[in-house]
Amino acid sequence: MTKQQKKTVKMILSYLVIIVIGCVLLFPIVWMISAAFKTNDEIFGSIKLLPASFSFENFILGWKGAGQYTYTTYFLNSFLMVIPTTLLTLASCSLVAYGFARFNFPFKKQLFGLLIATLMLPNSVIIIPRYVLFNKLGWIDSYLPFWAPALLACYPFFVFQMVQFMRGIPRDLDESACIDGCGTFRVFWQILLPLMKPALFSAALFQFLWTYNDYFNSLIYINSVSKYTISLALRLSVDAESVVVWGRVMAMAFIAVLPLILLFFAAQKYFVEGIATSGLKG
Amino acid sequence: MTKAKKIHHFTKRDYSAFIYLLPWILGMLIFQLYPFLSSLVYSFCNYKITGTPEFCGLNNYIQLFTTDNEFWNSLMVTLVYTLYTVPGKLVMALAVAVFLNRNIRGINLIRTLYYIPSLFGGSVAVALLWKVMFMDTGVINSILNTLHLPSVQWLGDPSQALRTICMLEIWQFGSSMVMFLAALKNVPGDLYEAAEIDGAGKVRMFFSITIPQITPIIFFNLIMQTIQALQNFTSAFVITDGGPMKATYVLGMKLYKEGFSYFKMGYASAISWIIFIIIMVITMVLFSSSTKWVFYSDEG
Repeated sequence: MTKQQKKTVKMILSYLVIIVIGCVLLFPIVWMISAAFKTNDEIFGSIKLLPASFSFENFILGWKGAGQYTYTTYFLNSFLMVIPTTLLTLASCSLVAYGFARFNFPFKKQLFGLLIATLMLPNSVIIIPRYVLFNKLGWIDSYLPFWAPALLACYPFFVFQMVQFMRGIPRDLDESACIDGCGTFRVFWQILLPLMKPALFSAALFQFLWTYNDYFNSLIYINSVSKYTISLALRLSVDAESVVVWGRVMAMAFIAVLPLILLFFAAQKYFVEGIATSGLKG
Repeated sequence: MTKAKKIHHFTKRDYSAFIYLLPWILGMLIFQLYPFLSSLVYSFCNYKITGTPEFCGLNNYIQLFTTDNEFWNSLMVTLVYTLYTVPGKLVMALAVAVFLNRNIRGINLIRTLYYIPSLFGGSVAVALLWKVMFMDTGVINSILNTLHLPSVQWLGDPSQALRTICMLEIWQFGSSMVMFLAALKNVPGDLYEAAEIDGAGKVRMFFSITIPQITPIIFFNLIMQTIQALQNFTSAFVITDGGPMKATYVLGMKLYKEGFSYFKMGYASAISWIIFIIIMVITMVLFSSSTKWVFYSDEG
């Protein structure tokens, strides 16, 4: 074999391995889509990927749900929980990041250290008193337990990420652009914020993803079915029925993950940058 | 000169920073520091959500470690889960990243596709998918049967169920992979050239150059993944509900049951503090060992 041939063979082998890994990784997703069109008989004891017929019955009946609410309600609830949480996170975290990145104030080192320490504060150690607190405030069975921590910048990951990003923006820019003594907030609003778009975007994506996928917090804070989010509704669809029609469950599970897949493909650049630059976990 | 510098007078502008920091200071005090300290206090109390906390000393901890058999089981299950998933995920992510770190066409598309499973995180949708796929007559066993292999009781066998749940976690190695890929791109190429001149083989280069150069990222992932794994809840709760025979009853589930089914807030707080202490010990061991194995190039 010549060197050229050797290279070609190596290339083909590389692609083969890549395709095999890809198939294994994506098989569950592909199978979920195919199961969404199948009956229980087809789902169990068969390896056929293609369903017998492409009927949308699973989607239609699945959407109707088990109880008195349809998935329209659950989706609206999810967005009512997720979108304000995401927007509040962006607003509060960027303001706090501005404070840390552009000011010199007493105890700055200690406070920043505290921020870093809270990065590693596990959720399980604060969840019980938080629940007790929200219970006393009468916030259980509302989305306030999600909105309030977002309003008060309780996501040190995003603050840290934005501080890092802001440090990368030259200070001369805000100093010279506002040399005539305009207020600090205008510097933030008119100069820094527009430059921070990539950081804001990736924070928004991850906050959306995490809050949308979250199950534990929804499970403890939301009680009434009329306020259920998608994750709670999906779990309900399995618990509520004596004979689970898995095709319907898979149809709804697929619809639940679809917004994430679409969002990911539309904004994958920001996802990858967000992970690679600051170590956000997906 | 130096003396003048030391005495720093903060200007009005400097103090205005606190206006911007205010949300975080409040949030940190109300939603982080206060709950953190109260859960420690609660852990020494008898506290039903309807009543008031009554101090009971170390009772909760004593009960957990001596009479509560479920706790020891949960502790073991959680540690085994962490021991499987963290190295599993990192080895997978690193292997795939090293493999993808070459000049091939369509690398961005491949990276994107490999990342997709990680999008779903701890969502109920994929937990249910796992549940259906790994049922006794599910598609995974059908594939095995087609290949003339025996069926496996993926979720029904107590010695297998935990591993099946670990597979879900390892499947989502995408974010670690993306971080490793970024780190691999930053390894200076001249190191490899120099090693090649010295006659080092590919394997030698991997262990003597690649691995040491990316140790900061390995270290970071090791810590974050461990913290996450020790708190796992959703997959165990949705897929197997802790069973069969409590084989997947992780500490996160135990915490949930005690706290939010029985509303024994003091007892649940004690569990949460044990999780916290385990996390602290592991993190401290990793941090103190890091001077020996984590290599920061900017330190020279």
